[in-house]
Amino acid sequence: MSYYILPNEKEIAAIKMGILSPDMIRKMSVTAIVTAEVYTSEATPVEGGLMDPRLGVIEPGQTCKTCGGTIRTCPGHFGRVELAMPVIHVSFVPHIYDYLRATCRTCGRLKIPEEEIDRFIRLGQKLKKYWPQLAKSMYDYVKKKAMNQDICPHCGARQYKIRLEKPYTFIEEGPAGELPPTVVRDRLARIPNRDVMAMGYDPEVARPEWMVLTVLPVPPINVRPTVVLESGLRAEDDLTHKLADVIRANERLKDAIQSGSPEAIIHDLWRLLQYHVATYFDNELPGAPPAKRKSGMPLRTLAQRLKGKEGRFRGNLSGKRVDFSARTVISPDPNISINEVGVPVEIAMTLTVPERVTPWNIDEMRKYVLNGPKRYPGANYVIDTMGRRIDLRYTTDLRKIAEALKPGYIVERHLIDGDIVLFNRQPSLHRMSIMAHKVRVLPGRTFRLHLAVCPPYNADFDGDEMNLHVPQTVEARAEARILMLVQEHILSPRYGAPIIGGIQDYISGAYLLTSKATTLTKDQVSDLLATIGYIGDIPEPAVLSPKKEWTGKQIVSLLLPEDFNMRKEARVSSGNLKCETPECWWDSYVVIKKGKLLLGVLDKNTLGAEEAKTIIHFLTREYGSDMGREFMDKAFRMFLRFIEMRGFTMALSDIAVPEEAFKEIEEVFEKMEDRVRELIKLYEEGKLEPVPGRTYEESLEIRILEELSNARDEAGRRVLRYLDPFNNVFIMATTGARGSTLNITQMSVSLGQQSIRGKRIHRGYRDRTLPHFKPGDIGPEARGFVKSSFYKGLSPIETFFHAAGGREGLVDTAVRTSQSGYMQRRLINSLQDYIVMQDGTVRSLYGELIQFKYGEDGVDPKNSIFGEPISVDRIIEKHLGWKR
Amino acid sequence: MSGKKNKKEGKKKSKVRPKKVKEKKPKGSVKEAPPTVEEIIEEVATPGRIASEIVNKVIPDMPKLVKEGVEQALTKMMIEEGYTREELEEKVREAEHLLQRLIKEVELIHGEIPEAIYEELLRKLSAEVVKTGVTEEEIAEIVDIAVKTYQESLVHPGEPVGTVAAQSIGEPGTQMTLRTFHYAGVREMSVVLGLPRLIELVDARKNPETPLMILELEEEYKYDLEKARKTARAIEYTTLGDVVSRVQITKEGIIIHFDPDILEDKGLSVEDIIAVLKKSRASSSRVEPLEGDEYAIKVKVRTQDLTRIYKMRDRLMRIKLKGIRGIKKAIIREEIEEETGRKKYVIVTEGTNLKEVIKVPGVDPRKVYTNSVYEVETVLGIEAARETLRREILNTLREQGLDVDVRHIMLLVDAMTKTGVVRQIGRHGIVGEKPSVLARATFEVTVKNLVNAAATGETDYLRGVSENVIVGQIVRVGTAIVRLQMKPTELGRKVSSGGGK
Repeated sequence: MSYYILPNEKEIAAIKMGILSPDMIRKMSVTAIVTAEVYTSEATPVEGGLMDPRLGVIEPGQTCKTCGGTIRTCPGHFGRVELAMPVIHVSFVPHIYDYLRATCRTCGRLKIPEEEIDRFIRLGQKLKKYWPQLAKSMYDYVKKKAMNQDICPHCGARQYKIRLEKPYTFIEEGPAGELPPTVVRDRLARIPNRDVMAMGYDPEVARPEWMVLTVLPVPPINVRPTVVLESGLRAEDDLTHKLADVIRANERLKDAIQSGSPEAIIHDLWRLLQYHVATYFDNELPGAPPAKRKSGMPLRTLAQRLKGKEGRFRGNLSGKRVDFSARTVISPDPNISINEVGVPVEIAMTLTVPERVTPWNIDEMRKYVLNGPKRYPGANYVIDTMGRRIDLRYTTDLRKIAEALKPGYIVERHLIDGDIVLFNRQPSLHRMSIMAHKVRVLPGRTFRLHLAVCPPYNADFDGDEMNLHVPQTVEARAEARILMLVQEHILSPRYGAPIIGGIQDYISGAYLLTSKATTLTKDQVSDLLATIGYIGDIPEPAVLSPKKEWTGKQIVSLLLPEDFNMRKEARVSSGNLKCETPECWWDSYVVIKKGKLLLGVLDKNTLGAEEAKTIIHFLTREYGSDMGREFMDKAFRMFLRFIEMRGFTMALSDIAVPEEAFKEIEEVFEKMEDRVRELIKLYEEGKLEPVPGRTYEESLEIRILEELSNARDEAGRRVLRYLDPFNNVFIMATTGARGSTLNITQMSVSLGQQSIRGKRIHRGYRDRTLPHFKPGDIGPEARGFVKSSFYKGLSPIETFFHAAGGREGLVDTAVRTSQSGYMQRRLINSLQDYIVMQDGTVRSLYGELIQFKYGEDGVDPKNSIFGEPISVDRIIEKHLGWKR
Repeated sequence: MSGKKNKKEGKKKSKVRPKKVKEKKPKGSVKEAPPTVEEIIEEVATPGRIASEIVNKVIPDMPKLVKEGVEQALTKMMIEEGYTREELEEKVREAEHLLQRLIKEVELIHGEIPEAIYEELLRKLSAEVVKTGVTEEEIAEIVDIAVKTYQESLVHPGEPVGTVAAQSIGEPGTQMTLRTFHYAGVREMSVVLGLPRLIELVDARKNPETPLMILELEEEYKYDLEKARKTARAIEYTTLGDVVSRVQITKEGIIIHFDPDILEDKGLSVEDIIAVLKKSRASSSRVEPLEGDEYAIKVKVRTQDLTRIYKMRDRLMRIKLKGIRGIKKAIIREEIEEETGRKKYVIVTEGTNLKEVIKVPGVDPRKVYTNSVYEVETVLGIEAARETLRREILNTLREQGLDVDVRHIMLLVDAMTKTGVVRQIGRHGIVGEKPSVLARATFEVTVKNLVNAAATGETDYLRGVSENVIVGQIVRVGTAIVRLQMKPTELGRKVSSGGGK
């Protein structure tokens, strides 16, 4: 294996497609296959059989009879079957059909006057070059025109309609009747090259008569290897089976012809051969029964091998299996950097990095070799200057190899801290699904991940697994480090805002730490600063007496650069705590001047992930990704440390409402029920005012739904007042850490209406949802309105409706993933070739021009502020904010 | 709140008649008589006008943008910080040389940044110069940073913008609701939204699942409910079946009873219907009013064959009485006009027929909305279709609360429309027209693509992403758009003669 591009490495310029001619098939074949027997009784392959040793090697240790290569070097060799009678190649049937209809049955000319043929050839060549799509239409036109001729313009012969009987039988509605492959082949062979060209085909590489097979190539055996089962039995590949069928049919046909059997028998055998050859190419032909294995499973023949998700193209060529990769469960570690990934020692000892020995690292490399494969940090292989690979697992004397090490050797050493690896979580929906991390080798058996990188990976820790890859060349490592490192993906290209940022406890922690109510003793300050490894002076305490105390804002300020200015409304600024200017008592307007957090609490609006214009956004944009990363590493660690110190939880008491609140809920719901009853009454009397554009029934439903949701909201508004707006649950909701007021309402007041397909639950029994209701009851409870809260508990009926609503959500998710997955695959395949060129235009790799200037302004959304290239307000704030 | 309004008002007025203001005294001189409304407005509007006066007096020759900025700053300072006119004049005078400097600095980068940003920068910095007090160094620094920030925000050559666009549009798909129907805006009708709508758009389907039009009316129609309703009636496609309450089949023929309410609602009379039916081939001349019932007609039949009579009845029911084909429903919606604050009426239709609707009198043809991209393409052309697609995709995503940069959507839309027709995202469109066999075969219909390529002797030049992944070569994207001009092979040949390794 070569790790570097060798000077004589070739580049493929182009691939030309064509059809194998019978001559070519014979030329490339090493032997004719004449017998369907595969193995002799002594279990050796039969010469001239399908497993002929000249076709290649499949077992290790053998040498190839043709080229002398081993299993690693022999590419395999083709054989051939000489067919007793020609058969049609099914895949080309549509083309043969076109040829037969567009050309004369007697003279073989394209049924278009001579001069026009000339013109079409020339026009076609020009079109092909610049407008291939038009060329296709032109050739279709030519074919169509030729097909419509009843009389050949060249020889004047009368033409007959030709019918195709799927899958491969051509019938002429004239004197000839069914056209056997021999006749078809003769007709195709008569078509002159020029006429072939006028139809858009290339006679050089694809003569029409080659579409009818006289010789069948037999693929090398490494294409269809024998599997030896545990029991010692051999199982042949599907292709081998199919080829055996072909050979058997061919031999019988040959015998029949030689022995002068009756026409009918020969014809039947011929048809059988045709069937086998056809299914050998494609076993899913419409109109032909698929060939089956003994077990009844249809055979996987050539077309099936290429097709579909697991086929050759999508399964093996576009997506390949790789070495140097690992997969395990992920778990959180808030103490590593967002750039890092915790790698279990066991994995670090299995994955290796090839490192070239130089005079400067030879001592280090010796140490790795000396440690060997079993001690960390060691090495698994050594490759000497001759390219010989020494497996250290089987080496008795590691010291000898360590001493033999000299510059030019390559040591495949274990992963060590700081190595660059790629980390990935499926589904890989965007480029942030694969990012480069720096290795941190840790004890344990899981990959450790910083919590702030969960949003880009869309990861959680309920059993998620992730993959890790080790780039093996210096180029790959350099690109990974510079382009793919996590900190380079803090900003999302989807919208101009960070996708990596504070989540959950980071946000509640930041809020609690920076709240006005928080003061810290010297011990606490020291603790917080120690967790982030702060070196420097502790600022003057904000409170001097009776005890020196610091505010959380002072501590957070230590992490901000000294020329950083910013102001923004906090997320908690709403309702009673609304702050629109800095002069505001509620401390919910954030002001940072000269790197000092002077006013306001930090929360989702200033720290959150997927949130624009946050501290993280501005730091990353204005000071670079290093600053963004460092701030997050330190601040987040500190927030968590603080939340640990203070303690943060959620308890039943946080959502418990007093007795009198239940009375209020009752009251609201009773009123609502009255109104709904009234609506129903109006409806029955025919007096309900319809909603424009809706039927009478729909109008009632809409009205009732409005009442119901109003009632829940109303009850929520009235009851949540009984709760402490600064309890843990509310802190989480208002700071944006987790949950919403709706969730709180559902927990402590009422779950509200359950719905299926956006409507109230109405299916079940005839005229009612459950037998507990009277038929025709369309009141709130009977249609899935859940009065109870999670705190109070649901009645059995409510539980049922809630479950029904929940099930819809599950089904919805399942259906959606497949649909959006396919849409994304199509989008990617359609747009993947478009890139920005050096002149700022967007072009496809094929040279088509898409946009004169990317996005009409040439701005990269990733480097924008929510779509705007620069924000003048922000620049002024950044530089002059401290004066205002 | 009032501050902002004052500022605007003040500015406007001052421009209309800047001279007249002079005799107005600033605050303090309160009359005994209660002020009239106009006087109050004048009074409140003063700061803006004073600002404008100061500017025109102290720095009359500065560029308009600078003056605007300074004016804004002065107004704000007066309202928020209570500066007096004299103080402000002094401030502006002090700032004059800084403003000169600013103009010079910003002029240096004129052309290096987009015009809009240049203007914004000049205006806002002028305001800062007066308001916050800025040093020369700071001006220079801010201008520098503005240019640098702008330049840094530009795309890098090689950036795989296609893939990024596809991912940016595709990735949020998983977060979208599948709930097909949603009440968009008003509850007149349900509209397909979310993932199904997005798929419909990228598929370039000819018929959206819920076709819809919103028609603005012309000046004389839009405030008049009666006229609006009349227009709606003219648009709504109405068949005989829609207005019928009961059909009887008797020996004399088919007797059709009408629902008077519906007739009235649709603005039809029995005579109208008879007239239409007489013209129609299906009923021809055998129609006559039924005696004794003004809301019924009789259609004579010649045959006794019941199946044929039924068939005839069905055919009758389908006869078009009025309206435009394809418009199933036309509903009047009340809206508040943004510019005037007046109540106006728009017509919302279920079903689309852009070509015919824009001809209807009363409909403002410049303000017709349809959600059918295909109709826009056939009626208004490819550029309009591109814009419609862009807007529809953006709105579909926005409505779901998903942020996607417009540039991604624009690239998608440009790719779909670049050939002059709307092409689908998929094998019948963009992918199917790729010049590379391997790329096409990788996507879908693998075998057919390969076979056709063989027959036509196609050549794959391995330029696209898929092809190079297949053959294991470097894709010419990103860092690989640069190629080394030195040929290692050539070099090796020359060096090896001299010894090499």
